[in-house]
Amino acid sequence: MSETTPASSDNAQIGRRSAGLPPAAPMNSAAPVNSAVSVLADVDPHLAEAVAPDREIAVEVGENLVEVKNLTVKFGGLLALDDVSFTIKRGEILGLIGPNGAGKTTCFNAMTGVYKPTSGDVLLEGKSLKGQKQHNITRLGLARTFQNIRLFGEMTALENVVVGLDARHKTSVIGALLRLPRHQREEKSAIERGMALLEFVGIADKAGILSRQLPYGDQRRLEIARALATDPKVLCLDEPAAGFNPAEKEELMVLIRKIRADGYTVLLIEHDMKLVMGVTDRIVVLEFGRKLADAAPVDVRNDPRVIAAYLGEPEDGTA
Amino acid sequence: MSMVDGPKVSAGAESARLGADASSVRTTAKGTRTQRLRDRWNDLTRPQQWLWLIVVVVLAYLLPVLNIPILTTAPGNDWPLACFSMASFALIAVGLNIVVGYAGLLDLGYVAFFAVGSYTSAMLTSPDSPFLHIPYLWTIPVAMAVAMFFGVVLGIPTLRLRGDYLAIVTLGFGEIVRILATIIPAMKGQVGFQNVGRPPGVAADGIPIFANSNGTPWYWLTLTVILIVLLLVGNLERSRVGRAWVAIREDEDAAEIMGVPTFKYKVWAFAIGAAVGGLSGSLFAGQVGFVNNQKFDVQSSILFLAAVVLGGAGNKVGAVLGGALVAYIPLRFTAIADYKYLIFGIALVVIMIFRSKGLLPARQRLLAYGHQAYRRIVGKSDPLSQPPGALPPSVDPGAAVTR
Amino acid sequence: MLELLLRPAMENDWISFDVPSLIQNFWSATFDGLTFGAIYGLVALGYTLVYGVLNLINFAHSEVFITGCYAVVLVLSSLGFGPSAPTMSVGLIILSLILALVAAMIVSAIVAYLLERVAYRPLRRRNAPRLVFLITAIGASFTIQYTIYLVRGANPEPAITMFRTSPIFDVFGTLITDQQILIVVAAVITMIATDQFIRRSRTGRGIRAVAQDPDTATLMGVNRDRIIVITFVVGGIVAGVGALFYVMLVPSGVQYSGGFVLGVKAFAAAVLGGIGNVRGALLGGLLLGVIGNYGQILLGNSQWTDVVAFVILVLVLLVKPTGILGTSLGRSKA
Ligand SMILES: Nc1ncnc2c1ncn2[C@@H]1O[C@H](COP(=O)(O)OP(=O)(O)OP(=O)(O)O)[C@@H](O)[C@H]1O
Ligand SMILES: [Mg+2]
Repeated sequence: MSETTPASSDNAQIGRRSAGLPPAAPMNSAAPVNSAVSVLADVDPHLAEAVAPDREIAVEVGENLVEVKNLTVKFGGLLALDDVSFTIKRGEILGLIGPNGAGKTTCFNAMTGVYKPTSGDVLLEGKSLKGQKQHNITRLGLARTFQNIRLFGEMTALENVVVGLDARHKTSVIGALLRLPRHQREEKSAIERGMALLEFVGIADKAGILSRQLPYGDQRRLEIARALATDPKVLCLDEPAAGFNPAEKEELMVLIRKIRADGYTVLLIEHDMKLVMGVTDRIVVLEFGRKLADAAPVDVRNDPRVIAAYLGEPEDGTA
Repeated sequence: MSMVDGPKVSAGAESARLGADASSVRTTAKGTRTQRLRDRWNDLTRPQQWLWLIVVVVLAYLLPVLNIPILTTAPGNDWPLACFSMASFALIAVGLNIVVGYAGLLDLGYVAFFAVGSYTSAMLTSPDSPFLHIPYLWTIPVAMAVAMFFGVVLGIPTLRLRGDYLAIVTLGFGEIVRILATIIPAMKGQVGFQNVGRPPGVAADGIPIFANSNGTPWYWLTLTVILIVLLLVGNLERSRVGRAWVAIREDEDAAEIMGVPTFKYKVWAFAIGAAVGGLSGSLFAGQVGFVNNQKFDVQSSILFLAAVVLGGAGNKVGAVLGGALVAYIPLRFTAIADYKYLIFGIALVVIMIFRSKGLLPARQRLLAYGHQAYRRIVGKSDPLSQPPGALPPSVDPGAAVTR
Repeated sequence: MLELLLRPAMENDWISFDVPSLIQNFWSATFDGLTFGAIYGLVALGYTLVYGVLNLINFAHSEVFITGCYAVVLVLSSLGFGPSAPTMSVGLIILSLILALVAAMIVSAIVAYLLERVAYRPLRRRNAPRLVFLITAIGASFTIQYTIYLVRGANPEPAITMFRTSPIFDVFGTLITDQQILIVVAAVITMIATDQFIRRSRTGRGIRAVAQDPDTATLMGVNRDRIIVITFVVGGIVAGVGALFYVMLVPSGVQYSGGFVLGVKAFAAAVLGGIGNVRGALLGGLLLGVIGNYGQILLGNSQWTDVVAFVILVLVLLVKPTGILGTSLGRSKA
């Protein structure tokens, strides 16, 4: 019952990478907001290397990696998403914002297969995700975090991350039962890469602590590490800074920039307008399930419709 | 599906008690007695741990021979047979623990798999059966395979259901197997199958070594089986399989979204649990030598559950202990044997309310090489920083580019 | 090899389909099934209510029901009822039955109440995982069962005949007894009363609010614990009603373990009708009663009713887990 994933590389050996695909550099041309050089300056290069994405992506940097096409989701009479289309380009940080109940989380859920869209489609690297099982969508490269933290409470931080890494493992039940060589190889590499990921998000010293005993902020970081562990082509973060104070938010945004600089593409839901402006390359605005705007942060900020939608919500409002 | 939602970090004594790993144990200063015990265990070196294990195993093997006065169930019940009974309950509990303790699937019809194993061995060896006959020892793998098959057949339709539906469906399934054993003539209802086969071998006096009345060899056989099963289950626990199971138990939806094929691993848990149930059923049929429809009632399923919960759901060693206790108590204290269902019913409620981790609260260890990583943290503040010069950055293309 | 294995099982025709018998007994099977189904429905109501507000299968509800049965038997036998039909006046009989009914309702309600307070509430307090609730529920069920066993022994209680049944209608050549009519009518009335209680009363609104969204309900000032206790008690009272009619229908059917199988069937009925749905409980009960009876006659062994009920449960769960009338207690608007 072992299944094969379409992954091109066997990540048993971490850090092995096709030399022709430097993960971080070229995207700067597409995403001029933050230069990777400054962002990754304080990161151990070895660590950045160990955490960087580890598989081939069929589209080039700056091209459409994900296309959301006319996505509609109905809950009974409620139109939670109404004909929403947008794209995510490889290498960018795309912001998804909107007032409470606008349909942001629903959009994530429809993309990652949690809800079946009423109509519309989501393409990853040009291939439709329609009808794919949730766990397959994750393996294909869409990983996410949850707005309300959903870690595996009785597992340590490291084990949580290794569950994410397992998405790319190929050991069968028999292989695990008899501790066949592949199992041993994968287990060893999982420890290395898992620790690297925890280090990257800044909680490596807490690897052995049960996730439900971690402080709130570390839980949020662990969720990100666990999602990164699935080696996603697009990392979808659902309000990762919810419940943070401004200083913590700032730190988290630095982390998100680091993630992008390391070669990942990020889709970020965030309530705090100011923060979103600071990290994203482009912003999609939702309101009442409809797409209101899709533009660069500056333009979004000056868009009267967006201002109207956010009227009554303080600009730095936290939800 | 579990209730791990939101940032409500349930702190407090309970959570502190549960930290099982070396590092977390050290960080949470205070601890209960079991925790201190575990702490001390973790502080032993590997060879010391092995030495202790060997001592325990040797003692376990000597158990029926030693017949320690306060422990013994004699004269009310033959001690070696009691030992066998304890071992077979322990084995069942280890199997059910995979389903309930690891994967968090409440199977209230586990006795059905035990029954399937028993009937398989009986019908393939008993002279009362019109079926093909094979040597007893061969029926053991067959019984496991047949039980596994039933596990998959029951699991595929029902494991898509919510957890509590699964509980009632399995409860019903347990009853159905019993009813079918009554209704289907080939299963011989209450008449049953006599003279179920046994492993070969005759002692000097001409009596078979594995005679029904001779508990000791049966106990040794079962204990050996338990040890093998524990070893294999331990392998599964410390692999992606165990992690998948525990992830499913903790939050099934989140597990699925993190790339765990939850349905597949639930079916595996069911199938492997069923196989162990069939295995114990097969051993049981061999020892008793007689199988009919009277032994496989719902009450047994609940007792099995009590065994798992008593020992500590999710802890395989706890399951062994719980199983042995559930078998031992009514045999040792014959005066309260009539009350056993009541006692274990109350035990289920009380444990769930006051100590839901059971007698031996131990967390699963889910990483094959976890101790290496955790030790590294304890030793160093910065576990990943390489000694300078270990890997020149220029060798590394990714790093070179980011600079 | 497989052939060799399977042939002996196939040679005996352990399953047969007696269609003529079913046709011949169709109407009597239907009416008997409806009568039994009415009792399933009453027990199913308790499962449905608790499931609606707590999302929990209260495995011990079958014991709530069976304690009610014991109350009926004990009250009636102390009033001089026995295996043969009573000789007292009609008024006295009615009075005795009402007394037994009230006793059953009280006893079942108390057991349900205790169950909630002793077993489930502590778990809710510490937000225990669902598995813990289920194990507690099954443990509680077991505990009550074997408490009864220790007090009353393993044998069924002596039969209680409440009154001499007499046929009153003749439908399609099948006689319908006053007892059958009484049971079905009483079940329907109980169901309507419960339904109205949940739809119209203040408390009922609270129950629906908790069923729909416990957190919001709490925010809106609903006392969740109180609502849950009331739900258990209502389920217990209805189970008490079911107990009286169960003893009426099956005079010698009261045994410590007697609630168990009936409980599984009642739960199946609740799921069939749509768990969490009050009207669905009765509908599911009636349907299950009838289908089970057909199955029994068709397959020629009373043991098959249990198998049929189980298979129906699994089929419903697979094909339409929301049941016939849909699942929501919360969404049934007033
Ligand atoms: N499973 C569901 N069933 C019914 N309605 C739903 C469901 N999930 C979401 N909704 C509704 O869909 C709408 C959009 O919800 P969604 O959670 O996507 O909003 P959001 O933009 O993520 O809001 P927030 O900023 O509060 O997280 C809301 O009106 C919500 O009530
Ligand atoms: Mg949201």
